Amino acid sequence: MMEDLSKLSTWEQFTYYFRENGMYVLEQFMSHFFISVYGVLLAALIGIPLGIFIAKTSKLATPVMALANIIQTIPALALMAMLMLVFGLGKTTVIVTVFLYSLLPIIKNTYTGILSIDKSLTDAGRGMGMTRKQVLYMIELPLSLSIIITGIRIALVVAIGITAIGAFIGAGGLGDIIIRGTNATDGTAIILAGAIPTALMAVIVDVILGWLERRFDPQKKQQRLEKMI
Amino acid sequence: MLSIEQLTKTYRGGKKAVDHMTLTIEKGEFIAFIGTSGSGKTTALRMINRMVEPTSGTITLDGNDLSKMNAVQLRRQIGYVIQQIGLMPHMTIRDNITLVPKLLKWDKPQKDETAKRLIELVNLPESYLDMYPAQLSGGQQQRIGVLRALAANQDIILMDEPFGALDPITRDTLQDLMKDLQVRLGKTVIFVTHDMDEAIKLADRICIMHEGKVVQFDTPDNILANPATDFVRDFLGSHRLIQQKPSVKTVDEVMIQPIAITIEKSLDDALRLMVKKRVDTLFVVDANDHLLGYLNVDSFTGPKRQHDTIAEAMNNEVIYVKTGTKLQDTVRRILKRNLQNIPVVDHDSKLVGLITRANIVDTIYDTIWGDEPLEATDALLTNSASPIEEETR
Repeated sequence: MMEDLSKLSTWEQFTYYFRENGMYVLEQFMSHFFISVYGVLLAALIGIPLGIFIAKTSKLATPVMALANIIQTIPALALMAMLMLVFGLGKTTVIVTVFLYSLLPIIKNTYTGILSIDKSLTDAGRGMGMTRKQVLYMIELPLSLSIIITGIRIALVVAIGITAIGAFIGAGGLGDIIIRGTNATDGTAIILAGAIPTALMAVIVDVILGWLERRFDPQKKQQRLEKMI
Repeated sequence: MLSIEQLTKTYRGGKKAVDHMTLTIEKGEFIAFIGTSGSGKTTALRMINRMVEPTSGTITLDGNDLSKMNAVQLRRQIGYVIQQIGLMPHMTIRDNITLVPKLLKWDKPQKDETAKRLIELVNLPESYLDMYPAQLSGGQQQRIGVLRALAANQDIILMDEPFGALDPITRDTLQDLMKDLQVRLGKTVIFVTHDMDEAIKLADRICIMHEGKVVQFDTPDNILANPATDFVRDFLGSHRLIQQKPSVKTVDEVMIQPIAITIEKSLDDALRLMVKKRVDTLFVVDANDHLLGYLNVDSFTGPKRQHDTIAEAMNNEVIYVKTGTKLQDTVRRILKRNLQNIPVVDHDSKLVGLITRANIVDTIYDTIWGDEPLEATDALLTNSASPIEEETR
């Protein structure tokens, strides 16, 4: 029972697409999401320790930050094309691209977060007999957590956009659906079927991480407490 | 016993922050390091808990060379209070107080018990333990800062201008509290300050520093009586040296008998007693003469009028001095707190005397006029009395 789709309005086409391909969209949605998350997690794994390290050894801060900045200036598609030569087509290249793009916001925010802590707190901590490790885990990390989460949030939102481009080199994800739509005649509904979930994913990630960020913000916590009294 | 020998700290660029400092501090002493900024007093203090490593010289604690000890272990045995307070904003007051016990891996009941016992020491309610530092005032925060330095039974407490950022009244209260805690718990306290009044009030011995060198290390009385150099004389200021000249009097010599009432009497009795004795302040004591509070004109007027018993009407925040306190310290306190009078209590907090502003005037009069006060007053009285008599006739 094939309908003549060209007679339907865009909105009807859109809902029809979802009825027919709902599972496929969900599959691409998850795949898209995990490519972004893996890239950002990898960047956090390297970027947070690196950020802490350059905050402690001030000499390295400038070169590391400059390098991360340079990576950020390369257009995503160009970077992907270059990496493709090494990693080939597919998900790996996109994950590595996301990783490289996420480094700057994560390193920068960790670095700023650690430096923003009141020196008297670390001084008091050390003076009471904390080891360097204890100063890091009991004072510096808890107090800069909210700023570090901001970095992860920025990185993840950008990553979702980059992953959409990743469809060009065969990584799949919601970008695949968008590209199919651009290739089809009157493909607006298909483009929307790819674009709307992508946008939704970015907004949801932004809201959830934004909430986490506020939860761990010591300043906001203080304001909340002050309101209580 | 803490002994510092030939301690020197040279910073990069050759500036000598501390220059061959030698002194010995006995257990249980309250020591003040005082000097202008850049005199090396903070650097000297920070070398004791090895926050700063000395360039040369040794510090020994009960015969053990500090430089041979583990710096982290050492710091856990030494309390540390700083001007910026430095309470952890993300931890409750309880966790802040028991931070060092936590580092020493005490178990939870022991930590909780310590937190409860300590917060009582500084007159804060137990409910504060679950609050966060931001909910407390600056003075309350620094009380917690002091407790944090006591929590693991540290014998030595280092304080780096701990009350410098507080308002004068709060500072005065905390100074009293600190002195009281130090005497009661028998702690050795080393205290950095640039406030001479604070040093004289609190310290058993004062170490005056200038350009990294110890200029004079002696008791406050000896320093005031014999300043070692012109620098010390300037630093003390001429007004303190003049204050010092009259023979040192204690409150015991000048205090008068206070008018007191026991707490179970009625408010009417209290008022009657005040009228009869013609006093504006009536002290409230229990059956054993322990000072509990005071009543004054305010207790009978205004919103407190509806009170039925002395216990309800009295003001129980009494500022007092202990017997043996120097008169000049008492005068300073009366002026600073703008008090009309101040009760004197003995070591059992029994009420034994009262210093009033009139008392102090008498004492100043005595020191100025020496042996001839009676003639002088007589002359004044007769002179002023005669014209009035003539008019009334």
